[in-house]
Amino acid sequence: MKKLNDDLLEIGGRKFRSRFILGSGKFSLDMTRTVIENGGVEMATLAVRRANAGGMENILDYMPAGITLLPNTSGARNAAEAVRIAELARELGCGDFIKVEIIRDSKYLLPDNAETTKAVKLLKARDFVVMPYMMPDLSAARDMADAGADAIMPLGAPIGSNKGLLTREFIKILVEEIDLPIIVDAGIGRPSQACEAMEIGAAAIMANTAIATSRDPASMARAFRMAIEAGRLAYLSGPGRILEHRAEASSPLTGFLEDR
Amino acid sequence: MRDFTDADDYEQGMEHIDPEIMTRVLGRASDYNPEDYSDRDVLDAISSDNVGEDSFGALLSPAAEPFLERIAIRAREETMKHFGNSVNIFTPLYASNYCTNRCVYCGFNSGNDIKRAKLVGNEIDREMNAISSTGLREILLLTGESRAHSDPDYIADLVSRASKYFSNIGLEVYPMNIGEYRKMREMGADYVTVFQETYDTDVYRRVHPSGRKRIFSYRFNAQERALMGGMRGVGFSPLLGLSDFRKDSFACGLHAMEIQRKYPHAEISFSLPRFRPFINHEDAENSVTESKLLQVAMAYRLFMPFAAETISTRERPGFRDNIVGICATKMSAGVSVGIGEHSGAEKGDAQFDISDPRSLEEVMNALIANGRQPVFNDYVKV
Repeated sequence: MKKLNDDLLEIGGRKFRSRFILGSGKFSLDMTRTVIENGGVEMATLAVRRANAGGMENILDYMPAGITLLPNTSGARNAAEAVRIAELARELGCGDFIKVEIIRDSKYLLPDNAETTKAVKLLKARDFVVMPYMMPDLSAARDMADAGADAIMPLGAPIGSNKGLLTREFIKILVEEIDLPIIVDAGIGRPSQACEAMEIGAAAIMANTAIATSRDPASMARAFRMAIEAGRLAYLSGPGRILEHRAEASSPLTGFLEDR
Repeated sequence: MRDFTDADDYEQGMEHIDPEIMTRVLGRASDYNPEDYSDRDVLDAISSDNVGEDSFGALLSPAAEPFLERIAIRAREETMKHFGNSVNIFTPLYASNYCTNRCVYCGFNSGNDIKRAKLVGNEIDREMNAISSTGLREILLLTGESRAHSDPDYIADLVSRASKYFSNIGLEVYPMNIGEYRKMREMGADYVTVFQETYDTDVYRRVHPSGRKRIFSYRFNAQERALMGGMRGVGFSPLLGLSDFRKDSFACGLHAMEIQRKYPHAEISFSLPRFRPFINHEDAENSVTESKLLQVAMAYRLFMPFAAETISTRERPGFRDNIVGICATKMSAGVSVGIGEHSGAEKGDAQFDISDPRSLEEVMNALIANGRQPVFNDYVKV
């Protein structure tokens, strides 16, 4: 079994020890650093629309050195807009990683898989490390993988809902079928849910609201860190099967056979 | 008696679109009786996972008044889930106070003897420069409703100039046709707010005796025309206190919800203005108290948790600083309501007096002290 210390997450040629990606849009900027430190976070998202370089209260000023920035294209309603926002992120000095977020629904903020797939292709052609946020749909995930995605980010539940792994079975299918890191993004509201997602083989967890809406974001970030590590270790350890119908005897019932 | 809800009443140049949303909203709103609700209805609404039309009605009813604290707890949860502790900051720019309407409740009423003016040429840039130098990145452009003094070309020029200074531009001007909205969008406008003032067509007719604004349905359909013209977002509000504020808020919620259903990509926002004393009418009564205003704001939050809510400088600092912790998500700051006042060269009178005269910095400091995160920029122009 791989030891946790040797178990690195690799995306776009970069290696990460932490599998906890922090969303940063919902808490005070001065809390960002504390949460990153307590969560052992190595990658954090930021909305390009809030990264007004040179402006007041700029989130970029609050990101510790060494953090891999994962700018997102929130606000984009189609592939062309997502590409323009990604290019702006690059100009702002946010690097080459981009989380594709294309939403045409202001109520549930559910992603548009078709436009997202188009955007993945366009962004790969521009040498971005592309991580699409998507509805967990196998065909769409395959299309995104074929278009060059570096990871797939299916939602666990609607953004901000804290409802957990509502899409568990579909995420499992992606884990089994897609040969890319599957990062559960949106809906994870408790460390236990993060742990469960990791147990079923998710490569990483992205969370924001769960931490932002907690009474003590710094402690909650630590709790997430521990839960994600526990879930990953459990996955690597190969959890025992859940027995169905009847318990299995620890000595096989057919052990008396001698093949004569 | 005509109620001006029919295209036959339109003045020349007013564009007609299918009034299906208006028909549905007015029909359902006419069945709403705020007195029909019990404590139980309110408690069910508070604990409901998905606040529908009936629960929204309960939250706006007098039966909800004893439960404001409980509703506030639930509203705060929803606000945190959808917006975190972010509060968007913007400022309005009053560019012209010429108006051809005779709204009986408004300082810009064409029959009201005030100093009229509009910003022109370099004055516009001077004002915008003064605002943007404070760090603000969102502006709301306002004019009185005069297509003669502030015609669409004038407003398009305002928008075009604003796009050099700001990344998010809102319009609060007279209702326009689809093509005119499309032009504003091309110039850089992002969202359009139109206050219906009241959804009660009888009261509407009484308080809007003349001017293009008297045509109820042309105004009602403005948000839809704006979206058809490509705008990203639209804002809604009655003027609370002009008629039955509960019924008006109920109708306004339905209006916004119907628009969002038909245009799922639209960013929806509510404003929360209440009837206040205005220039030359300083003794105007206000029947909508702070607790009633908060009740409306919280009902909107639970009915449409994803919608933005703007709280104006008509409210006192203590009210504004606290309501953003519960349900409001957007506030104006560093506000000057006189024409030309931002750059210290006031040339025209204000529509109303503000109750929060704090500077941008004072508002920011108060927000941060209360654990909120001021956000200046929440949009990338693409």
